[in-house]
Amino acid sequence: MSLPAYSFAYLDEQTKRMIRRALLKAVAIPGYQVPFASREMPLAYGWGTGGMQVTAAVIGPDDVLKVIDQGADDTTNAVSIRRFFALTAGVRTTERTAEATIIQTRHRIPETPLAAGQILVYQVPQPEPLRKLEPRETETRRMHALAEYGLMHVKLYEDIARHGRITLSYDYPVLVNGRHVMAPSPIPSFDNPKMHRSPALQLFGAGREKRIYAVPPYTDVVSLAFEDHPFRPWKAEAACGLCGATETYLDEVVVDDRGGRLFVCSDTDYCAERRKAGHRGAAAGHALAAGEGG
Amino acid sequence: MYVAVKGGERAIAASHAVLAETRRGDPAVPELGVDQIEQQLGHAVDRVMAEGALYDRTLAALAIKQAQGDLQEAAFLLRAYRTTLPRFCASVPIDTARMTIARRISATYKDLPGGQILGPTYDYTHRLLDAALLEAGEVPPAPRAPEPADAAMPRVTALLDQEGLIRRETGDRDAEPPDLTRAPLTFPAPRALRLQNLARGDEGFVLAMGYSTQRGYGGTHPFAGEIRYGTVAVEIAPEELGFAIEIGDIAVTECQMINQFAGSRTEPPQFTRGYGLAFGHSERKAMGMALVDRALMSRELGEDVTAPAQDEEFVLSHSDNVEASGFVQHLKLPHYVDFQSELELIRRLRQEAEARLAEPSREAAE
Repeated sequence: MSLPAYSFAYLDEQTKRMIRRALLKAVAIPGYQVPFASREMPLAYGWGTGGMQVTAAVIGPDDVLKVIDQGADDTTNAVSIRRFFALTAGVRTTERTAEATIIQTRHRIPETPLAAGQILVYQVPQPEPLRKLEPRETETRRMHALAEYGLMHVKLYEDIARHGRITLSYDYPVLVNGRHVMAPSPIPSFDNPKMHRSPALQLFGAGREKRIYAVPPYTDVVSLAFEDHPFRPWKAEAACGLCGATETYLDEVVVDDRGGRLFVCSDTDYCAERRKAGHRGAAAGHALAAGEGG
Repeated sequence: MYVAVKGGERAIAASHAVLAETRRGDPAVPELGVDQIEQQLGHAVDRVMAEGALYDRTLAALAIKQAQGDLQEAAFLLRAYRTTLPRFCASVPIDTARMTIARRISATYKDLPGGQILGPTYDYTHRLLDAALLEAGEVPPAPRAPEPADAAMPRVTALLDQEGLIRRETGDRDAEPPDLTRAPLTFPAPRALRLQNLARGDEGFVLAMGYSTQRGYGGTHPFAGEIRYGTVAVEIAPEELGFAIEIGDIAVTECQMINQFAGSRTEPPQFTRGYGLAFGHSERKAMGMALVDRALMSRELGEDVTAPAQDEEFVLSHSDNVEASGFVQHLKLPHYVDFQSELELIRRLRQEAEARLAEPSREAAE
């Protein structure tokens, strides 16, 4: 027996239309989680099925796709998803942030500022920012409807009372357009400010939880905080060992069993571009540089 | 076309190759045919069809072969294929009273119209390993009843209904049923949606949830009113025809549990029905499902909702093994960016805590 051929970008046109409708609603109500009839994808739930469905619904033959996981283009799941769209949509793929029209990401926002016309598609494991505080969907939907976010503020306050600071370091909740509290997906809080008034369209897909949400270009995205305890993103206090950058988010690489550490840019494209432009870090020429980015 | 090729891509390709080799096993052993799986691993095929939510024995057998017998992975393969299929229409509700019976038992009546038909069951086998199966061999033909089973095989719940002792099911037979695969699950979920969810749900999960009600977490005093297994006709009624036509037969297992209900302000004491239906021959699944279905009726019946099996958000959100398996195993994906931010956080918190501890001792020294 033979199996039938698949549509452009895998999903059938009816499904794409359903997802586009959800996307339009999401863009119209920034930060609001739109339930959608998420499909099984040929990738496991939790591995980017939401992001893939969003990408499949917005991608066209002329698009240039970049896929990153942990900021890197060569992580296995990013490779797998990029390959999927190269096969099913035949689109051009790239590792250059500036070249891409669509960037699908897991856990990072590229360091290179995004431009108008670009779309950033986030893979979202848990779209509900209140879920860790309230497990019931019926309750959290009501709380969003009433903009009743006291529970979240109490959590942040308790953090400060107990630890002297807010102890969220990733998936740090944001207030979108002054109305909806939103999960930015598990990006480090370091990346949160990049969402604020970004010229790019930001789309979020949660496949397993069957939710889509969006931040339209130039929308206010404010990380939750208090006047006397302002939002403080952080990163390792070091410079990239390869390119010397001090303004980027860094991965910590264990290089030996004697406590040796090397800090390198998590955004492999950004790091490679800097090196190409002649920047050198303290560990320039390290074997890590050969395996990534270039 | 430019496609970025990196080490990751080569590693993935190599992994696929070694997987194919592992799947095949020792080439000296003859390769397993999909037809062999379909014929001789029937319960595995049934389970994969149920959880894969697609009635196709050949594709289910193919999925089992491809997944090396990992039935959850096979169900996932079938689902990922199913989701690409167009949906033409909803069938007319199948009529299990007109089932061609292979097995039919009731635990609530010693005998009843149509009789008790044991059929193929492991129930009364002694679970002793059968060394004879180590070798291939002929199976003697099974004896058949001299007369075919009664065509009229009334359901036990219908007998109770004649006396008005079992709670009437309400609902619009002609209304388009909700479809879990075409609309996201929302709460509160109507019973039709709950049953759809349970029918696709993981057999182990549904079994454990049903079991928990028997052990006191939301007990419903169940009796196995009837379990029947056999084939039923599937009919569709195309609008342009105006009448129903048969499109094929499917094998299903149906379980109707009869449970106590003490009555409420508006309803007299009566029996209630927990319902389970599964593709193929899957009694464990159908019975677990019937127990959970009844437990999930608690809210509508005005009973206290205290146990996990009565909590529809808990049960329905966690029953799907394709979702559960994916999300549990996504922890294998790299998380080093988030872990890095947690590392930084822990280091900072420890520095601050140490600084706080050091302060009072300084004060004491002064």
